[in-house]
Amino acid sequence: MIVAKRKPLNEIADMVAPYKKVAVIGCRSCVAICLAGGEKEVKMTVSALKVKNKKEGRRQEFEALVVERQCEKEFVKEVEDKILSSDLVLSMACSLGAQTIGDMYPDHLCFPGLNTGFFGVPEEQGVWSEKCVGCGNCIIHTTGGICPISRCAKSMLNGPCGGSSNRKCEVNLDIDCAWAAIYDRLKLQNRLDLIESITPAKDWSASHAGGRRVYVREDARLTPHQKKGREAVQ
Amino acid sequence: MADRRPKVVGFCCERHAMDAVVLSARTGEQVDVSVRLVQVPCTGRVDGLHLLKAFEEGADAVFVLGCLEKNCYYDTGSIEGRKRVNYVKQMLSEAGIEKERLEMFNAASTNTWAFPDAVSRMVDIARKLGPIGGGERQ
Amino acid sequence: MKAGSNLEKVLESGKFAVTAEIGPPQSANPEPLEHHAKMMKGFADAFNLTDNQTAVVRLSSIASAVIIMRESVEPVIQMTCRDRNRIALQSDLLGASALGVKNVLCLTGDHQTFGNEKGAKNVFDFDSVVELQVFDALRREGRQVGGEVIKDPPKVYLGCAENPFATPYEFRVSRLAKKVAAGADFCQTQAIFDMNMFEKWMDEVRARGLDKKVHILAGVIPMKSAGAARYMKNKVPGMIVPNEIVDRMKNAKDAKEEGVKLCVEQIEHLKAVKGVHGVHIMAVAWEEIVPKVAELAGLLPRPKSE
Repeated sequence: MIVAKRKPLNEIADMVAPYKKVAVIGCRSCVAICLAGGEKEVKMTVSALKVKNKKEGRRQEFEALVVERQCEKEFVKEVEDKILSSDLVLSMACSLGAQTIGDMYPDHLCFPGLNTGFFGVPEEQGVWSEKCVGCGNCIIHTTGGICPISRCAKSMLNGPCGGSSNRKCEVNLDIDCAWAAIYDRLKLQNRLDLIESITPAKDWSASHAGGRRVYVREDARLTPHQKKGREAVQ
Repeated sequence: MADRRPKVVGFCCERHAMDAVVLSARTGEQVDVSVRLVQVPCTGRVDGLHLLKAFEEGADAVFVLGCLEKNCYYDTGSIEGRKRVNYVKQMLSEAGIEKERLEMFNAASTNTWAFPDAVSRMVDIARKLGPIGGGERQ
Repeated sequence: MKAGSNLEKVLESGKFAVTAEIGPPQSANPEPLEHHAKMMKGFADAFNLTDNQTAVVRLSSIASAVIIMRESVEPVIQMTCRDRNRIALQSDLLGASALGVKNVLCLTGDHQTFGNEKGAKNVFDFDSVVELQVFDALRREGRQVGGEVIKDPPKVYLGCAENPFATPYEFRVSRLAKKVAAGADFCQTQAIFDMNMFEKWMDEVRARGLDKKVHILAGVIPMKSAGAARYMKNKVPGMIVPNEIVDRMKNAKDAKEEGVKLCVEQIEHLKAVKGVHGVHIMAVAWEEIVPKVAELAGLLPRPKSE
């Protein structure tokens, strides 16, 4: 899932200050799970902004809304009238949701209410951790199922650096050294021979380094004829 | 006539906190303040949104009164309550609002002083800081 | 001879080598480098020029190398993967070689959060093992990592670093084995304070015959004060400083003198460890002491290079 975090309220307030009517739109997918931009967070943000406005004597109208998945046009369409009747959309989805609204209504302003962080997992209640950087060429079958690119601060592919103490990362002592974890996992799996085979220079062209990525499944795409048919039905 | 007293809202759990409230009422002591009590089954049920709404609707100060943390009727309810209070305090500071306007208190059923204490502390805060946005209370 | 450097000649002829470290200044002033080069000339076989160590911006290691070569002192340039992608790393290797640099130490590099540019975007296109592998292919076959074969490949003697004291310990000899397989000719270790632990690591290194394939230079740090010992014990990631060493520094009448004495004892001890082919003296911000340490440890005179 995509893990995000609400921007500080003062930053949000400054961003939305010049606009009279603000539609605050959350998302029920990833950002609801990471407690950043689901229904409750949207309502709390709106409420806190109202209290702030009361303190500062500013008049603004906020509407709290939430859609199923803000990165999909169909769901955004459901609140189209609310978007178009607002002066500004404050998206409390990840940047993908905010950009979907921006792409659908390019002459309408849509600002981000969240900082989008990473691809991660809910580790335990209230804790989310990064486990993938989307490098486009997965290698975790050689590393005990643990991704060193995202979980090692230096994305090392050939074992731990010299800064690891007590099996923790030198950059953040609360975080396990990815290579200590890989070592343990490979040992458990009886595959320690893997640690001595050199992983050569990685081809980063499948990652963002190769430019913006667009994946296409031709069999799933609509032909121009099919597209026309759908439009007619709608 | 307009009520110019500070507006304080208190969320009290219906277990040890309400017992303490009732017990303190029996002492007969009177205070001239406006406190609206919201009885909740457990302070673990108090949502951050409830607290913010209270401010939104005009409260000058808000408090939550729950069971003692090690003796909560629902085990960890008042711990949950305190975590939510702390989160909303953080939101208030981000928004530039004095976080002292919101506090969590705990009481055992027999603590006759707990409720008057919480009220007087919050009334003091409310008097000191005045209504959010300033001006006279209408 | 792979590069024909002085360090290579000393090591390949089976002599006990000495390297030391010179930290480039945080300025555009070449004088500190010239000063240290003049002062330490003849007291070690080659001098490491750190590459923005601990991610603090400093005069570049290649430029520093050229400056000390003007004083007829041999450099080992450190090249980290933190700040350069494969295009820049290969380009800088060609450039360094063209300028006459013959020894290169391949490092992954300290993370930028330790330095004075915490907002930097890091690179880490390679790690140190891949860097060695790529540089080795470049010097042997002139083959770039992308496949292109170049004329006039760089002639360099390649080194690596290894830290026997970082976790997971079980990985440490394997990591050296990988670096050797990737093309390392010599290895400078992290500073050694825990001799037992180092010897245990060396036992395993010898058991695998790695000491025959790579020249191990044991790292030492002369300490100026008890504070330095405590700092290294508590603050430097992946470093082990036993309590008795901290205490010894603390109880010393003259901490500087004790630091030198301790370092000399450590070198004496390390000379006797089988498979250790040299020492690497890292006198961090105390370069002046290197001649004295080298002299007292009986490392002088250094072999003359022709």
